[in-house]
Order: sequence, then structure tokens, then C-alpha cells
Amino acid sequence: MKANAVNLTETEYALPGNRTCPGCALALAYRHILKALDGQVIVTVPASCLTVLHGMYPITSVTVPCVNTPFASTGASATGLVAGLSATHRKGLTVLAMAGDGGTHDIGIQSLSGAAERQEDFIYICYDNEGYMNTGNQRSGSTPLGAITGTTPVLGKRQNPKDIAAIMEAHRLPYIATANASYPLDLYEKVRKAKGIKGTRFIHVFTPCAPGWQFPYSDTIKIGQLAVETGLVVLYEVENGVFRLTAASESLARKGNLKLVKEYLATQGRFKDITEEQIYQLQDWVNTRWQCYLERAANLQPSTDNAKLDPDIFQK
Amino acid sequence: MAKKNNESNIRLLDGNQAAAEGAKLSRVQVIAAYPITPQTPLTEELSEFVEKGELKAEYIAVESEHSAMTVCTSASLVGARTFTATSAHGLAYMHEMLHWAAGARLPVVLACVNRALGAPWNILNDQQDSISQRDTGWIQIYARNNQEILDSIIQAYKIAETVYVPVMVCFDGYVLSHTEMPVDVPSQEDVDRFLPPYKPHTILDPANPKNYNLVTLADPRMNADGVLCHGYMELRYLLQEALQNSSETIVSVGQEFGELFGRNYTNLFWEDNIDDADIVIVAMGSLAMEAKIALGTLRDEGHKVGLLGLRVFRPFPKAALAKALEKARLIVVFDKNISYGSEGATCSEIKSALYGSQSKAAIRNFIVGLGGRDVKARELADAVRSVLPAMKSGALTTEYPEWICYI
Repeated sequence: MKANAVNLTETEYALPGNRTCPGCALALAYRHILKALDGQVIVTVPASCLTVLHGMYPITSVTVPCVNTPFASTGASATGLVAGLSATHRKGLTVLAMAGDGGTHDIGIQSLSGAAERQEDFIYICYDNEGYMNTGNQRSGSTPLGAITGTTPVLGKRQNPKDIAAIMEAHRLPYIATANASYPLDLYEKVRKAKGIKGTRFIHVFTPCAPGWQFPYSDTIKIGQLAVETGLVVLYEVENGVFRLTAASESLARKGNLKLVKEYLATQGRFKDITEEQIYQLQDWVNTRWQCYLERAANLQPSTDNAKLDPDIFQK
Repeated sequence: MAKKNNESNIRLLDGNQAAAEGAKLSRVQVIAAYPITPQTPLTEELSEFVEKGELKAEYIAVESEHSAMTVCTSASLVGARTFTATSAHGLAYMHEMLHWAAGARLPVVLACVNRALGAPWNILNDQQDSISQRDTGWIQIYARNNQEILDSIIQAYKIAETVYVPVMVCFDGYVLSHTEMPVDVPSQEDVDRFLPPYKPHTILDPANPKNYNLVTLADPRMNADGVLCHGYMELRYLLQEALQNSSETIVSVGQEFGELFGRNYTNLFWEDNIDDADIVIVAMGSLAMEAKIALGTLRDEGHKVGLLGLRVFRPFPKAALAKALEKARLIVVFDKNISYGSEGATCSEIKSALYGSQSKAAIRNFIVGLGGRDVKARELADAVRSVLPAMKSGALTTEYPEWICYI
């Protein structure tokens, strides 16, 4: 049965009244992730906004068992939980590692890569708010080109982000997906699917950050949707090496009507100083990636769909 | 002397093999390790035990020592008995997680095969690596021979799982790790009788969800039921209290071990010729065994020399040492480590232990054997002879240590 707003379990594992900022996409995503795992989960969390969501001793806002672990160690912590459960013969629990983009793309990539190479049996979710938001918005390996942050305060970031999902794909994982907090049911379905698969499963979740990116708290969902509609964020999954566009990205690919990146940039204060040259570079980066995804998408084949794959359909 | 009721099984083992046997006999459930010289044969031995099915454990060949300790802490939190081993840079790389293991009060056991730290590169022995981790909240035990390595690892689990403090069993690289000695390997049945399976007081479980290591404020804070719970500082106090009180557990576990296996560990340090000694040499680990030879030479010359071999460095047995040293007029401390800008770590501890006692002993500190520099008994004896005048006159102490080296 496909998930919809009515048939989602009513049980809440991430309780309201937590310490996240207003309009936090992570809170929305986490709520659906825990529902998808039916609470039968042990979570490991490095230093991140999720630490803040979880609360301060002796009060926590979640009803699942959790260990907080140092920044660089998430993949290893998940490994240890899996090994410990196996050694003590406890079955039926999912181990969930949940880290931000700094904890994944940057300081945590070694332990994540090591665990993925060993094919450790856990789900790793990177929630990506494109910077070190817990420490007040500094540049990370996932911050987009042109964004003003605390450590790119004048010139904006001068590099594109690294493609973490592609890096994880190079580890030949059984399941990789990208998702977006603005599409919680798609996220829910992907976590459910991941739950039924063995091995290291990686899900990248786009989570807009209102205070860090400087947009109104009420616009979180719209910003997330616009990121997909402009092709900056592409929703897909790679299951045993087979690549499929999913959800809104799939229908966009079929219709061929991506919006312009500059429409997305105009919604956020962090891009207020972006140059024309940088906008061009960003659009070019989006177009190149999008074309690559279209060519790979198994669900857009056979050739009857090829007419829609003409690169000229994308606005430059 | 305690009764020995098991069949002896003497085998020729190097220190790494002795440590691996100790871990195996302790029925460790999760092992995570990363190879580093001179620890490498230890971790190879353990992976062989696991791959051959001789040891039912999860062996995780992690990609770093930071991850090795993380695997241990997280596996411990779901109730598994965990083991790792490392040396030098590996231990330094683990530093953050050493704090985490102790702070979370997890009974992890680590074998540290002592090796020098760079720069420059050096793979040989000194004790700078584990001494540099002195303040991480771990119990530190230093073995003097390979028998003590095996025995200490088995005891370490019983100590750690009683007081909920992780234990580091340290032994000198090459001097012990790569040197074969006869080791009495106890039977699995006897070790099982001594060391029951790990029964954690609480584990991560959805049926009773807990959130470990949450952000904890400076001050105590009410929980949802209005009960005031510890602040960060109270948690730190409890760790210190656990370390302070662990001496009793270390002694009682050593006593029980002795009753079962015939090798007694009821002291946090060992003594040799101390009763009539007015000169006492202090050293730790295998260095004390070298000093034992120097002691023989000096005794032959008519000097009343005794020896204290430190076995447990944390908790440091201050009161017991002050008592043991009360008759000494000269204390010569040899350190295979240096706290730069100050002196050897064990010398500082000895001075601290004696403050407020009746002792009027002169104390002299020598830094020896760094980076594998050979420590000769003759040199230790020379060093003691060179400071004999301090007994009669001169300062009780010197501001800085002397070095036995070519400068």
C-alpha cells in the first residue's frame, strides 16, 4: 500500500515541542523517517542539528533509543551497534545513522566510507541543510556555489558541492536514494524500502534551513519544492545498480519543464550577492547533472521517451 | 600463598600472543582494530581466532583507530563485551573516543602496545603514548612480563564491568610484544568461573528507550517528573569517584584471580628488597625488570637498594606508595616518557604522593629509553651511583630530570 497522509501510522516517535528552529525541515523529515521504521530502531547521531532536536539531559523529545557519538564517528558507531546486536543475538532492529552534511560530506566521510566498503548492515541518512547550521551557518562540502556563509562572508562559496550520493554509489551499495523533506511521503516510501534491504543503505535528504538560508519560516516546503522544480535537487533511487528518477523529478523529466535556477536563488538571502557569472555556472552545473540523470534513468527508457531527452529543452 | 587448583599449561608466547589469548579467554564478543606496529601481530592473531571459529566474536577490520574505539563504545552500549588494541599514533588518533568511552562509563578493554610518538617517525618502544592519555578517565595497568599481560586482560574485564570504567592494559613494544616468554595459559573453564558473561546494567533497547550522551548542562536539571538530575560536573565527579574507588576493586579482583590461578595481584605495585632499603628505584612496566638487574649489581656493591615496580598508574596508589617509600632516603625514578617542560610522569606522581608524608627523601628523575633507545642495567646502576651524594646533602629535588642520552 502506498503511503498517504491518511494511512501513515499515528504513533509519533519524534514528539512535538522539540528545540529545532521554526520551519525546520529536519524535524519534518525525522518524524516521517521514524514512522517508516515503526520505532524498531536504534539511532546514532553525531554533533548536529539533530542533537539539538533530541533535547538536553534529562529530557529528550524522541521515544526511540539513541546514542550521541562524536562528529567523525557516525559510520563506525552504526557499525558497532550492528556488531553488538549481532554478538548478543538481538534481531529485528534497524540501526539508523543520521548525520548532517558536515558530518557526512566532511568530517564523517572516512568512517562512513569504511563502513560502506565493509557493507555494514545499517541505514545511513544524511540530512543536508548545506552547511554547518548547528554552529550558526558555516561553509561545508555541501554548500552550493555563491552562498554567503559565516566562513564565506564576502565572496560567497566559490566551489560546487561534492556529490555525496555519487560517492556512496561508488561503494556499490544495495540501495541509494535521494529525498526531500518537502516530499515526506516519498521520503517515507524510500525509508520503508531501505528497511527491507540488507547491507549499507544510503539516503540523502534535502532539508532547507530557514535561518541559515535566510527565507521566511513559512516557506520551507516551497523552497524544497522549488529546489526540485529547478533541478538543483533531483529525486532518484539506485537499487542494486539500477538508477530510477522518482516522484516529482520523474514527472519533471517526462514533461521536460525545469524552472530556471535563478528563480530559486531569488528566494534566499544567502544568494543575495551572487554574481551573474556564478548564476551561469550554477545553471550549467544543474543542466549537466540533469542530462546525466536523464541518460541513466532506466524508467525513462525505452526510446519512445527519447524525444523528451533532447538537451535543447532545457533553458540556459 | 594462594592455592592453585588448575592444571598448568605453560606455553611460549610473545606479548602480543599473550594479549590475544587473554582476550580470547575473556570471550570478547566484538573486536575492532586497525593494524599498527608493534600491535599488528596481536590483531592478526585475533582475526585468525575468529575466522577459524575458535572465538565466537564479531571482528571488525575498521578503517581507523578512531573508528575502532567507536565500534567498541557503540557495541558496548548494546551490551557486548568489546576489545581493541593499538599503539602510539593509533592511540593518539583514538584520543577523542577514549574520553567518550570513559565519559559514557563503558567497560571497554584496550591493549596498548607501548611505542614512541612522532615526529619524527619511530616505531620502537617508550611509554609516551599511554602516558599522553593519562587524563582520559581510563584505568591504566602496565604489565612487566607476558604472563602479566594475559592475566591483566582477563582481570581488566572484571574490573571494568564492576566499576564501569574502561581499562587500558599497557605493555612495552618489542621488549614484551615481540619477545617470547613462558606463559601459564589458564583453561577456558577456569576463566569462565572467574569471569562470568557481561551483564550491563542498561542497554539501548526500543522497549525501554534511553538517549545516551545527550547535551548536558553545567547545572543539575529537572526531568519530566520533577526529579533533579545531574549536571555535567556531577557526572565528572562520579567518574573521578569511580576511579578513586576502583583501587579496592582492582585489589579484590587480583585476590580472587590469585586464589583461582595461583598468581596474586593484590598490590597496585610490586616490591623487591624494599624492607631494609634506604635507596628505592621506581620504574613502570618492563623497565622495572631491567632495574631489577641493576638492583642486584648495586646490592652486590653493598648499597641498600630496593625496587618499586608500578603496575597500576591510574588510579595512582598514592597512600600505599607513600607508605612503601617512608623509609627511603633516596628515590630514583626512571621514566620512559617525558611531560615536556616538566619531568617524567611517574616522578611527578611520586612527588605528589609523598607531599604531606614524613618523607625527607631526595628524589632524582632520569628519562631513559625513548624511541627504543636500549636501556642497559649497567646504565641504570650508573645513574643511581651518580646521585648517591643527594642522600647526604644537597637539594631534595631538582627542577628538571636528567637524561640518559648522548647530549
